[in-house]
Amino acid sequence: MTHGKDRGSAGLTRRGFLKTSAATAGVAAGSGVLGAPMIWAQTIKDITLNQVGPSYSVIADIAEKASADLGFTIVPQTADSTSLMTKVVSQPETIDIADLEFWAMQKVWRSGKLQPVEIARIANWSKMTPLMKDGKNFDGSDLSRQGTMPLEVMYTGGPGDTSFAAGATDYATTMPTIYNADTVGIRSDLIGRPVESWAELFNPEFKGKTALVNIPQIGIMDAAMALEAMGEITYADKGNMTRDEIDHTITRLIELKRDGQFRAFWSTFDESVNLMAAGEVVIQSMWSPAVTAVKSRGIECVYQGLKEGYRGWGLGMGLMGHLEGMKLDAAYDYLNWYLSGWQGAFIARQGYYSSVPETAKANLTLNEVGYWYEGKPATEDILDPYGAVMDKAGAVRDGGSFEQRMGNVACWNTVMDEERYMVQRWNEFISA
Amino acid sequence: MSAQSPGGGSRLTPYLQVAPLALIMLAMVGIPIGTVVLLSFWESDGISVYPAFTWQNYRDVLSTGVTLTLFANTLKYAAIVLVATVLIGFTCSYFLVFHVRNLKWQIGLFLLCTIPFWTSNVIRMVSWIPFLGREGLFNRMLMQSGLTDRPLDILLYSDFAVVLTYIHLFTLFMIVPIFNSMAKINPNLIEAARDAGASSWQILTGVIIPLSRTGIALGSIFVVTLVMGDFFVVRVMSGGQSASVVSAMKNQIDQLFYPQAAALAVLLVLVVVLMVSAILRVVDIRAELAR
Repeated sequence: MTHGKDRGSAGLTRRGFLKTSAATAGVAAGSGVLGAPMIWAQTIKDITLNQVGPSYSVIADIAEKASADLGFTIVPQTADSTSLMTKVVSQPETIDIADLEFWAMQKVWRSGKLQPVEIARIANWSKMTPLMKDGKNFDGSDLSRQGTMPLEVMYTGGPGDTSFAAGATDYATTMPTIYNADTVGIRSDLIGRPVESWAELFNPEFKGKTALVNIPQIGIMDAAMALEAMGEITYADKGNMTRDEIDHTITRLIELKRDGQFRAFWSTFDESVNLMAAGEVVIQSMWSPAVTAVKSRGIECVYQGLKEGYRGWGLGMGLMGHLEGMKLDAAYDYLNWYLSGWQGAFIARQGYYSSVPETAKANLTLNEVGYWYEGKPATEDILDPYGAVMDKAGAVRDGGSFEQRMGNVACWNTVMDEERYMVQRWNEFISA
Repeated sequence: MSAQSPGGGSRLTPYLQVAPLALIMLAMVGIPIGTVVLLSFWESDGISVYPAFTWQNYRDVLSTGVTLTLFANTLKYAAIVLVATVLIGFTCSYFLVFHVRNLKWQIGLFLLCTIPFWTSNVIRMVSWIPFLGREGLFNRMLMQSGLTDRPLDILLYSDFAVVLTYIHLFTLFMIVPIFNSMAKINPNLIEAARDAGASSWQILTGVIIPLSRTGIALGSIFVVTLVMGDFFVVRVMSGGQSASVVSAMKNQIDQLFYPQAAALAVLLVLVVVLMVSAILRVVDIRAELAR
């Protein structure tokens, strides 16, 4: 992470691309009006856009609906964030649109393989939530800056700029799409008492029945939330620990592991679901849809909001540098379609939030808006995006309303300056 | 090459004959390994790699205790699995070759050994999880029969589970070569040994084991290299609680630290080459195969 920023020779050709794309951008201005692409209908069918991103963001149903609405083809392809980052850097031509997590932007943007999103061409940008657009909480206060707060990687000076701007400009690095607040999943039936603090993750009561995610950057932050909640250390920035803080955290984790605190360290979505569903684990780091998956098996599993707050994350759609002409126009049409509501409603039913809540809510039923966004009890059964019953009438979403959940983010998924050292120590922990 | 071949071509002929294999080896083995070695000297900043010449990756890998722990752990797995698969493989082959006299039965039982291999590795591995889990079949059986009153945690997500899975996955790689070399043993030799007054144990240690050692050596090479190169079984069956050399490499690759992973890979290749050449020193496989 400490090595030079702008090495590599891709800069010149990229700049060439950007010039041409800037020119075509002017010609096509205005084509971003929703659902009304101004591209000539004959050739529009021949356009295909490869959208690559993690499975929770790039969803075949969404691509299908968009292709039907827009008249050109979106080819969805899933890749986990780390392999996507490698692809963006080393095989940029295989991707047209990359769904990149904000922390990944910290690593990828400076490679210069992406072009900025012209905000003027995104019709609904002004309706975007202040969490993403302004880095402000709902009450106007500043968001936690621990980790990669979205605003920190949101803006850039303009085409060719490989650094981030401190505040709003006319160019966004990516267009924010989905985000959520993560916490721990618990088996409320097996615990049988309220769980309120991250400290419970390391409570000896759950010895041999806890699990952490084996993704170093995220696992260490969950551990940090727990250690801080136990009152034994206060981090200056959990998202960017010093070597001493990393050492302290890993040493404590190794102690806990030797004491038999952990049952497992999971790496994939299904592992986390199975650990929970099989009763191997009663409290662990978890993603929201994994909790949904456990619940849909009829097992009591709660995505427990905790008093110290959530670990937030989010991602945006990035335009690859090689997009130009009609393909770039089509990409902008797709971006605009994305914020027009259908996609927002789809992912809402999966427990994620849309960067333009207004349009997403307009595409949900009143009952769904109440359950997913407002923390109200469901008036009738809640269905997941595929029509299966997810929660019964009368149920309330874990953690409450949109404002209560997203307004209480304590830190954001991130990469640390000392990442190389951290990964090395994390390996030590896993092999201890 | 005899005088019949046209002059001039005769000196080239052997080279032409080895050329196809040499080219394939160069393309499929030489170039990839060369690339890994090259990469291990390059620099990375966590997103791209840059051509350079630095010892830093090796310094990182060699200066931490983790590397030693990882290698010790992986070697421990390899040793246990090797002993277990040799014992099982030898016993199975012995039974098939010397107790089952009917050729049809021999082939039938041999095919039976391969049945689990009709499904994928992953399926065979994952199917242990519901069986060994805390609320799994085996624990339920133990509790119902009154042998234990609490589920045994050590069965799953432990070294036990990892080793068990390795043995399950890799025993066939031991059975096949041992069976093959045992089947080649001339029955007259055993008759002769018996006529000369050798006990069954003496026949086993004095005749059968020495004559099967090619098979044991070949099987050992398969098993050792498979265990040393694995990360998936360790990750899944230990529930991420243990690490092998390759799983650490995978962690580094996931974080885009390719050069560090490459340095570790070069170390691993060296260790495996040493192990394989040690096996080859004990048994001259080429001479034995030509027999």
